[in-house]
Amino acid sequence: MIQQLSVFIENKSGTLLQILELLKNAGIQLVATNIVDTMDYGICRIIATQPDLACTILQEAGMSANLNEVFALQLDNHPGSAASAIAAFAQEGVGIIYLYSFLLGGKGILIFRTDNPKRAEQIIEEEHLPVISQEELAEINH
Amino acid sequence: MIWNPNKECMSREEMRELQGRRLHKIVDYVYHNVPFYRHKLQEMDIEPDDIKTIDDIVRLPFTTKQDLRDNYPYGLQAAPQSEIVRVHASSGTTGNPTIVGYTRKDIGVWSECMSRCLNAYGITREDTFSVAYGYGLFTGGLGAHYGVENLGATVVPASTGNTEKHIRLIRDLGITGIACTPSYALHLAETMDKLGVKKEDIRLRVGAFGAEPWTEDMRREIESRLGLQGFNLYGLSEIMGPCVSYECKEKHGSHICEDHFFPEIIDPDTLEPLPVGSTGELVFTTLTKEGMPLLRYRTRDLCSLMEGECACGRTSVRMGRILGRSDDMLIIRGINVFPSQVESVILSTEEFEPQYQLVVDRVDNLDRLTVRVELRNEFMTELLPELAALERKLSEKLKSVLSIRAKVQLLPQGTLERSQGKSKRVVDNRKL
Repeated sequence: MIQQLSVFIENKSGTLLQILELLKNAGIQLVATNIVDTMDYGICRIIATQPDLACTILQEAGMSANLNEVFALQLDNHPGSAASAIAAFAQEGVGIIYLYSFLLGGKGILIFRTDNPKRAEQIIEEEHLPVISQEELAEINH
Repeated sequence: MIWNPNKECMSREEMRELQGRRLHKIVDYVYHNVPFYRHKLQEMDIEPDDIKTIDDIVRLPFTTKQDLRDNYPYGLQAAPQSEIVRVHASSGTTGNPTIVGYTRKDIGVWSECMSRCLNAYGITREDTFSVAYGYGLFTGGLGAHYGVENLGATVVPASTGNTEKHIRLIRDLGITGIACTPSYALHLAETMDKLGVKKEDIRLRVGAFGAEPWTEDMRREIESRLGLQGFNLYGLSEIMGPCVSYECKEKHGSHICEDHFFPEIIDPDTLEPLPVGSTGELVFTTLTKEGMPLLRYRTRDLCSLMEGECACGRTSVRMGRILGRSDDMLIIRGINVFPSQVESVILSTEEFEPQYQLVVDRVDNLDRLTVRVELRNEFMTELLPELAALERKLSEKLKSVLSIRAKVQLLPQGTLERSQGKSKRVVDNRKL
């Protein structure tokens, strides 16, 4: 599991920039971002090099930010690799609440949250799915 | 503690008799000194000597905010300028501001009544009291200030703004009492949280809250977060300023200084006086004011009056909580909606900050109410379904209280402007 930083933001121009500037000034590098929005607000999900520091900086700036654990898998960059990784969860009835992916160092990274993290962890272990740690992510990113 | 038992605990007969004498005197005074009132009384064929007892008050004409605007700036002033020692002005967001002039005696009455309020809250000469109403044209700051000095407690004229410094003074000076708006009290609590100052670190014991309507839920919230007892303080600049009525330790209605300000409740539509206990528009007649005395001034505040001796020993008439303003009341799809109703719902939840804004729009000829609320940081989640569920839950609660559907708009904590004066809680975008 890795730490994901989430920020609750008002739908107003300049808010995202404010977050990015704060992180930039602290020398924190973004690995991936994902924004989901509704009519009224957005949730910005961020994978960053120093999640604890990033969260503290945003909170101190008065932002509504927190950290939570998400799964991160590192897949070979070829057709069907995501499908086979997800298939294991589907067979066991574990639901994916949200998922986003990106390429890093020639590998496909899947970030997701499930509705049964305990079971999901067991599946990952049983199926030898290739997890990637916080440190490895930061490493590849450099 | 009762500051002036002679007046605050007077028998009903004596009080009515005193009020009758003072009413006659004030009618005579405005008849001879304010052309506006002389013309009105002459039109109604009333001579000052026709007003003999307090019951004759129902014969007198009303005064409205519009009358004050129309006679801007000094048209309703009764005393010559040489006798006026101070003026205050109410906010003139629409039209002319209202200018109120006070004579030296008026300031004395104000200080006396304010001392009654403070003493009822339990403030004595031993206390250090911070006034966090704005100092300036608004009556809150100086009005409360003079009352504290008159009582003999130590006054800290903190005013509004610079909340961090204020909290430091509250802690370092061992300040025991504070006067401010209820929303500023919440702002204070929030800022204390941010600074890591706990309620155990401060000695606040009494809060005098007024200048905007608040609810019982808001009282509980402020009391638990600041560790004090919160009391209502009511007043309006046209009549005097803060000091017109105050709660005692019983917290069951606010005692009116009725030897100076005579209250009535009327039906805002028919203008007929309503029996004691009914809810209607509060009307005041100043019985002793020299600078700008007003006959039957329509406050626009909706509440009810209570008679009968209070457990505290005071005999004065009490006014219930202000339920709203007759001109603040929103009519949405034909239903009366008061911001205070929305406030009580929000304060009964734990997920939302006690800050809110009502926005009314008209879309396709249909009124739409949006309630903007701040989600507390600890309830923030990156899961949209959970956020949607919070919205739905609040929306359903609102529906059960308001009888109309309201759209809930979640905002990050700290988004809405914290008012240091009267809150801007309602935005009505309908072009009616």
